[in-house]
Amino acid sequence: MIGIVDYGVGNIFSLCSSFKKIGAHAELIKEPERLAECERIILPGVGAFGDAREKLRASGMEEALMREVRAGKPMLGICLGMQLLFEKSYEFGEYEGLSLVKGAIRPISDVIPADYDIPHIGWNVLDFDDCELFKYIKKGDFVYFVHSFYGAECEESVIATTEYGARLTAAVKSGNVYGVQFHPEKSGDVGLAILKAFCEIEVK
Amino acid sequence: MITKRIIPCLDVKNGRVVKGTNFKGLADVSSPVTLADYYSRCGADELVFYDITASAEGRGIFTDILRETASTVFIPLTVGGGINTLADFERVLGSGADKVSVNSGAIRNPAIIEEAAKRYGSQCVVLSADISLVDGKYTVFARGGRDNTGLDAIEWIRTGVERGAGEIVVNSIDTDGVKKGFDLAMLRAVCDVVNVPVIASGGAGKKEDFTSLFREVPEISAGLAASIFHFGEVEIADLKKTLAAEGINVRI
Repeated sequence: MIGIVDYGVGNIFSLCSSFKKIGAHAELIKEPERLAECERIILPGVGAFGDAREKLRASGMEEALMREVRAGKPMLGICLGMQLLFEKSYEFGEYEGLSLVKGAIRPISDVIPADYDIPHIGWNVLDFDDCELFKYIKKGDFVYFVHSFYGAECEESVIATTEYGARLTAAVKSGNVYGVQFHPEKSGDVGLAILKAFCEIEVK
Repeated sequence: MITKRIIPCLDVKNGRVVKGTNFKGLADVSSPVTLADYYSRCGADELVFYDITASAEGRGIFTDILRETASTVFIPLTVGGGINTLADFERVLGSGADKVSVNSGAIRNPAIIEEAAKRYGSQCVVLSADISLVDGKYTVFARGGRDNTGLDAIEWIRTGVERGAGEIVVNSIDTDGVKKGFDLAMLRAVCDVVNVPVIASGGAGKKEDFTSLFREVPEISAGLAASIFHFGEVEIADLKKTLAAEGINVRI
């Protein structure tokens, strides 16, 4: 079973529907102790970093999630869920992250030209390295992004980028921990193929 | 590089898709779920659902339709129509919407933009405005284009972005349903004052109207249309091929 961490942040309706569509058994997990039953974990998230981190902690999910991840279960953070994996975020202040991926979350306005729209909203090309997560998609495929902050100082973990006036981190990997800045559940067949690949990552 | 988006808009009433000309004379077109799936398969980058029912019962039917669509279509869904309170945001986001568009609700209570952006993030809040040129001034209209609010449209949109709107839909009442092309002058005026994505709406009649849109106002992120897609006058796959051939970056 795939456990989708439900800590009161973000729209998880489409995520649940996506797993159903690819024939995977996924459940929303509200009780931290139930994460132990899950074979792999999805950390979703929409909204502000500080607030989400606090909810993750307060719900008791953080502790359970860290335990399962350290035990080697594959975990995929999506959008803000990916950002939470980092050490730090500078979104509306300075916040500590889960430190599962080395680096910091910074505003895209730091690196993109001034005449580019913020947020970065829309379909953009995914440039990726060989990774089990991308085994079913091809170079040049498009995925859907919605974000104003990005993963910085994370060179060693980057497995995909996208071009938006600058090279922006699109996906990271650190051991059994994966993160994608885009929304696979909103990226049509390409996104579903990435979720399918995640479901097939070997559990050690 | 980011691509220009093509967005079909589905006006939904009593569980069916309808579209009027100049907001009058509605004609039943098709089932929202079927149409959404069809559009998604032929390359639509996003879908907008406008709930034009006024009754509580209509709202219920709409939410059911939204759920059904969101379970089968995996591209972004924006919902608008009848959004007045945070509870309305909650209702549609809980039924599968990714973004929520406010229009008259924000005119009545501009604070809703701030509150919603704070709770759900700016990326979730789309400010949609029906605009007409009145005595040389771009003016905001409320209630589906019926009421002249007297508000300066450019100022309204600029402050809307300040309040936290993450995206703007500019719907020109003057070109809507006329099918002679988008309101490029109005769109230019809006793009000059904001740095969030702007979606053009109202006036598309043929493929070339989209080419002119993205050529003449390159800041525009997306083109939105309804009847020309619903009646098959413009096929999305074909439109995207044309745009690509013209050097406009689209997802194919």
